[in-house]
Amino acid sequence: MRTRLSMVTAALVLVAACAGDSGPASFKAQDAGAVPGGPGAGQGYALGRSASAADIAAWDHDVAGTGEGLPAGRGTVAEGEALYAAQCASCHGATGEGMPPAYPALVSRSPNGEFTFATDPKAVKAIGNYWSHAPSLFDYIKRAMPLTAPGSLSDDQVYALTAYLLAVNTVIPRTATLDAAALRAVKMPAADRFVPDDRKGGPEVK
Amino acid sequence: MVTRRDVLVGGAGALGGAILAGLPLAADTQGAPSAAAPPPAADLTQPLAVPDDPTKVPGAPTSGQGARSPFEAPQRAPTGEIAGSSLTPYEKLTGTITPSDLHFERHHAGIPLIDPARHTLLIHGLVERPMAFSLEDIKRFPQVSRVHFIECSGNGRAAYKTPKPDLTPQKVAGLSANTEWMGVPLATLFRAAGVKPEATWFLAEGSDACMMTRSVPVEKAWDDALVVWAQNGEPLRPAQGYPLRLLLPGWEGNINIKWLRRIELGTQPWYTRWETSKYTDPLPNGTARRFSFEVDAKSIITTPAYPDRLTAGWRPISGVAWSGRGRVAKVEVSTDGGTQWHEAELLGPALPKAQVRFQYMWRWDGAAARLLSRATDETGYVQPTRSQLVAVRGPGTDYHYNQIVGCNVATDGAVTFFGES
Repeated sequence: MRTRLSMVTAALVLVAACAGDSGPASFKAQDAGAVPGGPGAGQGYALGRSASAADIAAWDHDVAGTGEGLPAGRGTVAEGEALYAAQCASCHGATGEGMPPAYPALVSRSPNGEFTFATDPKAVKAIGNYWSHAPSLFDYIKRAMPLTAPGSLSDDQVYALTAYLLAVNTVIPRTATLDAAALRAVKMPAADRFVPDDRKGGPEVK
Repeated sequence: MVTRRDVLVGGAGALGGAILAGLPLAADTQGAPSAAAPPPAADLTQPLAVPDDPTKVPGAPTSGQGARSPFEAPQRAPTGEIAGSSLTPYEKLTGTITPSDLHFERHHAGIPLIDPARHTLLIHGLVERPMAFSLEDIKRFPQVSRVHFIECSGNGRAAYKTPKPDLTPQKVAGLSANTEWMGVPLATLFRAAGVKPEATWFLAEGSDACMMTRSVPVEKAWDDALVVWAQNGEPLRPAQGYPLRLLLPGWEGNINIKWLRRIELGTQPWYTRWETSKYTDPLPNGTARRFSFEVDAKSIITTPAYPDRLTAGWRPISGVAWSGRGRVAKVEVSTDGGTQWHEAELLGPALPKAQVRFQYMWRWDGAAARLLSRATDETGYVQPTRSQLVAVRGPGTDYHYNQIVGCNVATDGAVTFFGES
C-alpha cells in the first residue's frame, strides 16, 4: 500500500522544486509561472510522492547494452540448449529459424561478416548479424520471454539461454559459460554497423 | 405480437399509425404503468427493414452509447496475434480525426488489463527527487490538449517491398492514425522530479508483458513530449495504453510507450532489443541508422482507391498528409502519373506533427489516368518517389517508408493501387 505524502514532506518537495529548474523550449509555457491560476514562477504543484528505494528496486531491473545492471549468476551453453528446447523452440523453431513475423528468427550469421540488408531483401536479420550489444539479449529474455510466461526465468537460466543463443550464432564457443563480466566482454559481429540518424528535414532525401 | 420488423416496415400502414398514436402516451406517463406497451425500439445496429419513408414512422429512442449506422461498418484489419497489429481503415474515414476504436494497434506482447487506481508512474535515476505519480496526480497537473498522428515505422512496408495492385489504403498506410490527446507535458513531471543537468537520455518502460523499453533523448521532454491519459475526449482505450502513455509527437510509433510505468534518467541510451534488432534502418553502404525517430513527410490518397470503380464526372481526390518535423506546407496532386502537379486544398489548419486532409477536384473523362499525391513539409522536405527512396536506402531497407503512392484508373473505371513511383 502506498500512502500520500505527509504535509511536511509535501512542503519539502515544493521548496525543492524551486531549485534546479532546467528546461527551455516549447513547454516553457507550462512552467508554473506561466499557467493561469498556477502557483507562480519557480513553484511546484506538490503532487506525487517521493519514491522510496524499495519502490525503485522493485521495478529497476533493466540491463543496458553496456552491461550495466547485469545481475549475479551464470549459465552454460549446454544448460541453455536444454532450456531452449523446452521453452523456446515451439515458437522460434528447433534451430532458431523462427516463424516470422510474429516469432522472429534468432539465428543468422553473414558468412563473411557482410551487412547487405538494404540491398538484399532476402537477408535475414538475427542475433548473429544484426544485434549491436550482447547484454541486450539478456535484458530482453529476462523481461519478455517466454511469451506465455514472461519474467519466469531465473537469472542463471537467462545467462544460459543467452549463452546458447550466442553460441548457435557462432559469436561465442559452445564451451562457454556466461556471467556478468563474460557477457559484458562479448563483442557482437554487427556492433560497429550502427550510425546516428542523419536525416534533418529540408530538401535532401536520405 | 408486434415485431420490430412490423414496426419498421409498417410506416405506411395502419399499424404504423397505431404506434404513432401510442407514442405521446408513453412519453407523458413516465414512471406510471401504461396501458399500451411502449413502442418497440428501432435497433439502429440492424440493417433490416428500412422504412420506405423515414418521415412516416417514429425513429429510434435515445441510447446510452452510440452506434454506427448499419450502412457503415468500418473495420480494422487485425492479425489476431498477441504480437500483432490491426490496421486503420483509411478508405472508410474522412476528416482528420481517427475514431478511437479504429486507431491502429501494434503490440509486442498483447494488451494488458490495468487497474488505474493501482497504476503508478515512477521517475528515477538522475533526478534530484525520485517521484511516484498516481493517475490522479497526473490529472491534477495543468493539462494540455494536442492533435498528433502516431505512425508505426513499419507503416507502408507492403507498398514499398511488394507494390501490388490490390493494396487498399488500409494495407498501404493503416499503421498510422491521428487523434486528439490530453495529458501533461513530460517537462512538467521532469521539473517536479528535478532532472539533473547531466541527464541526456531516459528509458521509458511500459507495463505490458514485454515491458517495452525505449531510450529517448532528454531534449524531447523539453520540446513537446507528453504523458497522456485521454484520447478523443475520453480515457485512453486499452489498446492505446490505458491508463497512461508516452506521446512523442512526430516520432515513430513504437517509442510512444503504452501503459507507461517507469522513466529512468541516464547519460546514454540503453540499446534495448528494439534499438538494435528492430527499429533501425539498413542503408546500402553497409550501415544502419539507429535512433531514427522522426517520421518523414508523406501523404496518401484515401479516395479514390482500390477497389473503387469510377463513373465519369467530378469528384474530389482526397487524402491525408503528415510530417514528423512540423506542419505540412502543401500537398500536390497529379492526375497524369507525375508529369504535372497541382496544389491541393488543405481542409482545415495544418497542425504541427498532425495529419491534415487535402482535396483536389477532378473530372474523370473516361481515359486511363494515374493519380498521385506528394506532401511538402515546413522544412522544405518533399515526399520522394519510390525510385528516389530505393536509391538512397536500398530495396531491402526497413522502416520509415514514405514514398509517393497513388492509383491507376483504367478506362472501365477500375481503380488499382500504384506504388512504383
